[in-house]
Amino acid sequence: MKRIDRSSKVRTNFHQAKWDEPIIFELSTPGERGVSVPKAAPAVAAAVGDGVSDLPESLRRREKPALPEMSQNRVLRHYMRLSQMTLGADVNIEIGQGTCTMKYSPKVNEQLAKKICDMHPLQDADTAQGILQIYYETDQYMRQISGLDKFTFQPGGGSQAIFLMASMVRAYFESRGEERNEVITTLYSHPSDAAAPVVTGYKIVYLQPDPETGLPDPEAFKAVCTEKTAAFMVANPEDTGLYNGQIGELVKHAHSVGALCCYDQANGNAVLGVARAKEAGFDMCHFNLHKTFSSPHGCSGPACGATGVVEKLIPFLPVPAVEFDGKKYYLDESFADKKYGVSKVREFMGVAPVVLRAYCWIRMLGPNGLWQATKTAVLNNNYLFKRMMSIPGVSAYYEDGNNQRVEQCRYTMEQVTKDTGVTSGDVQRRMMDFGMHFWTSHHPYYLPEPITLEPTESPSKKDIDEYADTVAYIIRECYENPEVVKTAPHRSTIHQVDETWMDDPAGWAITWKIYNRKYND
Amino acid sequence: MTKIGLIVNPVAGLGGSVGLKGTDGMIEEALRRGAEPLSNDRAAEALTELIPMQSDLLICTGGGALGEQCAASLGFRTKILHPAPGRSGAEDTRALAKKLVKEGVSMILFAGGDGTAADVYEAVGEKQPVLGIPAGVKIYSPVYAATPKAAGELTRACLSGAVAAYEEAEVLDIDEDLYRQGRVDVRLRGYLTIPLERRLMQGRKAPSPLSEAASAHAIAGAVISEMLPDTCYLIGAGTTTRSIMERLALPNTLIGVDMICNRSLVESDVYGERILSLAEGRPLKLILTVTGGQGFLLGRGNQQLTPAVLQKIGKENIIVVATQMKMAALGGRALRLDTGSAALDRQLSGYYRVITGYEQYTVAKAE
Repeated sequence: MKRIDRSSKVRTNFHQAKWDEPIIFELSTPGERGVSVPKAAPAVAAAVGDGVSDLPESLRRREKPALPEMSQNRVLRHYMRLSQMTLGADVNIEIGQGTCTMKYSPKVNEQLAKKICDMHPLQDADTAQGILQIYYETDQYMRQISGLDKFTFQPGGGSQAIFLMASMVRAYFESRGEERNEVITTLYSHPSDAAAPVVTGYKIVYLQPDPETGLPDPEAFKAVCTEKTAAFMVANPEDTGLYNGQIGELVKHAHSVGALCCYDQANGNAVLGVARAKEAGFDMCHFNLHKTFSSPHGCSGPACGATGVVEKLIPFLPVPAVEFDGKKYYLDESFADKKYGVSKVREFMGVAPVVLRAYCWIRMLGPNGLWQATKTAVLNNNYLFKRMMSIPGVSAYYEDGNNQRVEQCRYTMEQVTKDTGVTSGDVQRRMMDFGMHFWTSHHPYYLPEPITLEPTESPSKKDIDEYADTVAYIIRECYENPEVVKTAPHRSTIHQVDETWMDDPAGWAITWKIYNRKYND
Repeated sequence: MTKIGLIVNPVAGLGGSVGLKGTDGMIEEALRRGAEPLSNDRAAEALTELIPMQSDLLICTGGGALGEQCAASLGFRTKILHPAPGRSGAEDTRALAKKLVKEGVSMILFAGGDGTAADVYEAVGEKQPVLGIPAGVKIYSPVYAATPKAAGELTRACLSGAVAAYEEAEVLDIDEDLYRQGRVDVRLRGYLTIPLERRLMQGRKAPSPLSEAASAHAIAGAVISEMLPDTCYLIGAGTTTRSIMERLALPNTLIGVDMICNRSLVESDVYGERILSLAEGRPLKLILTVTGGQGFLLGRGNQQLTPAVLQKIGKENIIVVATQMKMAALGGRALRLDTGSAALDRQLSGYYRVITGYEQYTVAKAE
């Protein structure tokens, strides 16, 4: 029997599935059905007529909706094929999506989360004691992990959590009658740390990294942090993977002028059991349960930015929270400041299955397990760092000898680009030929030719070696055969896309309707 | 048949190989030290990338070392618009560049350094698409591609239509006498139009930042909305500051200083004493941008802003504007002050809130 040869660590024989699959609208066959809907029973028909005539004329469709008409098996086949053409977290060695903490999400938690699918957020609390207990206890765990005093799970994602923090900052100062109009952040914090305060009406002041240390200059911070400053909103470690040991000093200064300090811990994988928001003096923080706490990412969809605050800010948290009276869990709104509080950032209680998965993950690991997860993640990253830095042409900024990367690192292949003209965007596409990927950086690129990697605690040494070997293989290709990298991918689902048309809005078609209008009429 | 222009500055880069930091006025010395001309080879590296489209190309150039030699050696058809020089200098570059514009070439490739770029700018101005092939000793101007090969590739992309966007890039020159003494004095000479290769700048995976033009427009909006009545504003050189004048529909001096008050022009291209007399009795503020990748806020290039003028304005009345991309290019390095007076530099040093967007600032140190 022929065996698959996997003696080479680098998957030179890989090829991604590739189906010549049209979009679903083009697969439509008039009259084809997925479900035959039975006619209404006579009694029903007698009561509601045809079910449409009662609607006001203006609300009735004049034409049938242009939805695809297809049988069930063809729909299934279509989406299975599309799913095979993606490079999801479960098929590749997920190291390349730096800052996103793409750790393994245990499948058993998926099964447990399915069990609450039939619940409704409006059902009586007496019939939802289980999930309420989970909310209550997860809140307690988050308090321990962060040192803060109360959490909400309402935000449906990390950016919404940041938006909530900014909204609470505004609510707090409004309640005190103080007018402050600026928020300070750093260039290597997540762009939402600037964007969310803008939405809530603040001016943004960015701190730049010191060219040697990569950390914000405390003197620059002190120069701009004044009585006008409402908040300092910052990630630590930042996208570079460098932990800012001076963060306490910055927080102290911000407090001295009356500003609040908000800790973006979307990615908290470097600090579980090691450092807490409370000890650094922060007034609030948020964790992405879909990052550090293992729930899968929802692709801007169902997620959770668990947001916690210190005692004095509890009245500004959204409602409701879950409380326990010794016998029963119940929804509580009594803590809220009715006049200034944020009240709501999302309907109901946020995304319950995400909270449930995070709860399961915390319970599986226990406190020492969480600490171990961080230790392993940091060890993995430092091993990967050593491997990456040994690749000729790959380096990292801010290697001043006084600091080290914690859980992630933004590398640069600037030298490779200088030597060969091959960019990190080219290498990014070439990685797909080996069933892998990486993320470059937010824009604009603050570091040239970036590669941002974060292994988390999930991969084995063997996995990390395969990933690093593949990067090394491609970087060698940049020098020996740059064309193959520049024209990549060759063994992926799609090849290079001509992007020039993207410059002309007249050619864009972002819906099927627009496509038909522009191209088929 | 597509016509492109080629200018090779045969002496560019001569000084560098023999440690002279630039070639201006040093040709004899460089040759005496055994310098080898490099620009012809560099230009050939770029043109090699165009060989696949050779049959459709006509290279318009000057005789001999000015480009003919390079293009013909690679088998390109040539049209000679300017005679071969005995020993080429700035005059030949300028004369040939003018003839190429008249000839209607779609793009001018020039091999040289900052001095060559300045000569090309003087001859062709801001409208003609051009691209530099790096061959000089010192290259501060971002009108040059990263490598000769990259210049060739980018030209090919333009000719095939794959790259259709253009941007203005700074033509900078530094004083070579000072440079040889270890001082860098960058002067903004003007702007040339070069092709914009997006792929080299950013991917499409994440939401793109605003284009430079859109950023400058937003910055202008921010600055204008905060302008105070009956206050004189000096608008410094640069494209970011120019957008302020554009939004106010006022004429702008691209590499000079204009004065406005109450959103109207007081006077164009003002200078030293004149600034002080025009602003007499009124508050005076100065709006500046950062020059290129060097991060110069005030260099000796801003001659209009004499120490007396800066003294009167003071640090608190200096408004600094720059796009995020410009700031990113500095990588967190401090902005540089070189007013010519060490005491004044000290007075103006410290932290600035650089306006990088509407209600958006980046803190930068100036020293």
